[in-house]
Amino acid sequence: MHSILKTSVAAGATIAALSGPAFADLSGDLKIFSDMSNPAPRAVIEGMVERFGELHPDLNIELTVIDREAYKTQIRNFLTADAPDVANWYAANRMGPYVEAGLFEDISDLWAEPEIAEALASTKGAMTIDGAQWGVPYTYYQWGVYYREDIFAELGLSAPSTWEEELANCQVIVDSGRACYTIGSKFLWTAGGWFDYLNMRTNGFDFHMQLAQGEVAWTDDRVRATFANWRQLIDMGGFIADHQTYSWQEALPFMVNGEATAYLMGNFSVPHFREGGLTDDQLGFYQFPTIDASIAPAEDAPTDTFHIPANASNKEAAREFLRFVVSAENQTLINNGENLGQLPVNAASGVDDDEFLNAGFDMLSNNATGGVAQFFDRDFPAEMAAAGMEGLQEFMVFPDNLDDILERLEQTRQSVYE
Amino acid sequence: MFPTPLEKTSRTWQITYQGLLPVAVILWLLPLLAVAIFSVKPAADFAGGEYWNWPSEFAGFENYMRVFTDSPMPRYVLNSFMITIPTVIGAVALSCMTGFALGVYKFRFNLAVFFLFIAGNFVPFQILMVPVRDLTIDMGLYNTKTGLVLFHIAFQTGFCTLFMRNFIRALPVELIEAARVEGIAEWRIFWYIVLPLMKPAIAALSVLIFTFIWNDFFWAVVLTQGPSAQPVTAGITSFNAQFGVAYHMLSAGSIIAALPPVAMFFLMQRHFIAGLTLGAVK
Amino acid sequence: MANASLDYQKDNWLHRNRMIITPWLFLLPGIIFFVIYVVYPIAESFRVSFYKWDGLGVPEYVGLKNYSDLFKDRAFEISLINNFKWLILYLLAIPAGLLISLFLNQNVRGIRLYKSLFFFPFVISQVVVGLVFSWFYLPNGGLLNEVLAVFGMGKINVLGDPKLATYGIIAAGLWPQTAYCMILYLTGLNSVDPEQIEAARLDGAKGSRMLWHVIIPQLKPATFIAFVVTIIGALRSFDLISIMTNGGPFGSTRVLSFYMFEKALSEYGFRMGYGAAIAVVLFLIMLCFIGYFLWSMYQDEKGR
Repeated sequence: MHSILKTSVAAGATIAALSGPAFADLSGDLKIFSDMSNPAPRAVIEGMVERFGELHPDLNIELTVIDREAYKTQIRNFLTADAPDVANWYAANRMGPYVEAGLFEDISDLWAEPEIAEALASTKGAMTIDGAQWGVPYTYYQWGVYYREDIFAELGLSAPSTWEEELANCQVIVDSGRACYTIGSKFLWTAGGWFDYLNMRTNGFDFHMQLAQGEVAWTDDRVRATFANWRQLIDMGGFIADHQTYSWQEALPFMVNGEATAYLMGNFSVPHFREGGLTDDQLGFYQFPTIDASIAPAEDAPTDTFHIPANASNKEAAREFLRFVVSAENQTLINNGENLGQLPVNAASGVDDDEFLNAGFDMLSNNATGGVAQFFDRDFPAEMAAAGMEGLQEFMVFPDNLDDILERLEQTRQSVYE
Repeated sequence: MFPTPLEKTSRTWQITYQGLLPVAVILWLLPLLAVAIFSVKPAADFAGGEYWNWPSEFAGFENYMRVFTDSPMPRYVLNSFMITIPTVIGAVALSCMTGFALGVYKFRFNLAVFFLFIAGNFVPFQILMVPVRDLTIDMGLYNTKTGLVLFHIAFQTGFCTLFMRNFIRALPVELIEAARVEGIAEWRIFWYIVLPLMKPAIAALSVLIFTFIWNDFFWAVVLTQGPSAQPVTAGITSFNAQFGVAYHMLSAGSIIAALPPVAMFFLMQRHFIAGLTLGAVK
Repeated sequence: MANASLDYQKDNWLHRNRMIITPWLFLLPGIIFFVIYVVYPIAESFRVSFYKWDGLGVPEYVGLKNYSDLFKDRAFEISLINNFKWLILYLLAIPAGLLISLFLNQNVRGIRLYKSLFFFPFVISQVVVGLVFSWFYLPNGGLLNEVLAVFGMGKINVLGDPKLATYGIIAAGLWPQTAYCMILYLTGLNSVDPEQIEAARLDGAKGSRMLWHVIIPQLKPATFIAFVVTIIGALRSFDLISIMTNGGPFGSTRVLSFYMFEKALSEYGFRMGYGAAIAVVLFLIMLCFIGYFLWSMYQDEKGR
């Protein structure tokens, strides 16, 4: 979704005078492209722009919010042809193509500033390619299983911690005429989340990363073991039917209406559950269950970021905006339960006292000893991820096609990493 | 007349036919009627999963107002007009000239040039995508309405030339030759004699091109992004993302996107059909 | 004096050649536009198809590698097959349009309105048609399944089933295309020679025999145009696929025009050379038809 919000001189002046001009005076235009198009993130980016504008009344900020799915295909276009000064994107391998193409500005200088270096140390690795930093994170969030506590209680179930419990639970749920999980795989990435977890639980974090880096064949028996576990859930009718037709939002009502009891998702889904009418008493969260007890649990925790395009015209103001974005105060605010409902990256920020944020923060701090991955389409190179997720979606609908799918993916692997 | 005129058929068939007509229309437009009904239903009707019940109350006004106030739809609609109208003017102007040249004069390569235009018009336009996109970027026109307009004018010129040239061919040659004998300059012949005769063709072509360009989606996606330049066809996909599963809003948005060409069609129906079928009835 | 005579000569030269110069002057703006935006890009696409290029850096010449890769690419194969499905099934719009036009070719009250209403789908953007049909096909709550339920049939998920999805999209495309053909035939029927019909009636021809032997031959020009626009429409199909399935499920609804867009401009794409190679293949398929169209038009021109 797009909107344009122009913050002009207006009332900003007085507020700026009160808060004191902490930074050098900035002027000119600052053009921001954002993919924060769902209602909550949208309010957050608009709020940030407004507050930043109040600090810099002479700066004319133009914000363009683009639909999150459409943004993914448009970014390359506008980075080359019509570059803004600040743009949203994602960490790790996902920014690789743009870094290699010279489309993102090297902002190692920002990362050398002590406030940023200390406060953001935990994500420096995810922002680093070739020894330089190419963006700043503003939020990250846990993935895990969101479930209907009330239906679990009704069926006499409790949150599972092992795969056996998971399968036993699911059988009870299926017998009650529901699906265990809702999922909308039309845009493919949701299936990537399932693969991440199953593979990291079956084979461990290191193996998962080797696969992402193209060091393991897709036809490897260990990969097959992951799919075999997945297939147990598919064969028992664990997933809703026709998921390949729905987007992840279109799959939400199944859980809200109780036709499915759980959703493997990122924490950004919580506001959607609440908006759909689920109370916090009805909604619960648990970490994806263990499959092999000898394997340390690893988690997906994607980091969302801001970047300065190499072709930006007002890089000074853009850097100032990035400093503003990563400040402890801003990150505390934008990530609280009333806004994004996610986790701040700045170590000095406070995590909002929210059931799901606490659970996620606790899980990632204490129970992700295996490692923290970004996400399927951020850890795997773009072309591999595209082919991979298409194969995963096909597997979920036609598990019998597995051999064929794996052979195709193996073919892709051999051409992508050559 | 074929089939046999109704007056000459049996009484039963006459009555059956009269009854069949509205049924056929309703079946034919069923998907569209569904959307029209969706667009006036209140949100609550969808929450209960009762998609196909009659609207519990008329919420059309709220829905359509929200499209205009809560989304950049008005901007997209405006963009569509700002892309479509200059294109119509440009393509019609260029093709009046090319049509005149190819229809009136006998010169070497006349047929070759004519066929070049036709062949270009038949091309699957995806083959132009990569180079046209690069060209537009190089000219600094990426994500501008001008960039889209220039391309549309160029591409539509192929079809328009075919149309105009055939139309001019059917005009009486004697008029032009008489004027030449009088010693009237060629451009005056074009301006004062041929152009006035072309009015019906211009009207037909304008309506037709308006619809084609308004409905373009592919080039809008390739050459523009965001509400500053995108037309409503591309905007509606973003609109969909904003309203997710709110079918009443999506339907209202779709109807707004479809309305201008539909209005154009009903107002200028005669020209429209003349335009489409000029080639078919020689 | 010298000047004046020179002017006179120039004037004279211009005047003498005005029948050659004038048309070219009138053609000039159109040709410039057309060469820049259509002719040159076609040549450029051919050139790019021999390079490996991400749209940014320096293109690397790879010869025919893009083409040889294409023939190992399963997604390309599926796209090509789907293109042929489109080509063949889209032609159904022609007989369907003829049938509807025969049905509507009467003089009764309000028939003009009925004709316009039937033509309606063609005026609407394919984007809207795509949206409308994807709601129509929704596995839960879609009108199609509601209708099937009335006939006691089970639910189907048209756009989620790789075996059905392409046909579902083609059906959506046939809707406006049939309307288009219908209009062409309605106009064609108007100009059918009434005397020939009367003569045939006297010979005892009726119904389908009359249609086949007398009417359809006279509708040949309309059929030709319908054929041309339907073939072009089938090969250009992009909007509906993009809106209804985005190429899915698992790539089963791709056609060449969509696949080339995906390879060249989508998030995971930016293989410009590869995309251009796909476009060239599509162009070559179209070229068979363009050749045929131009040839028939040429025959027509010669006949004048």
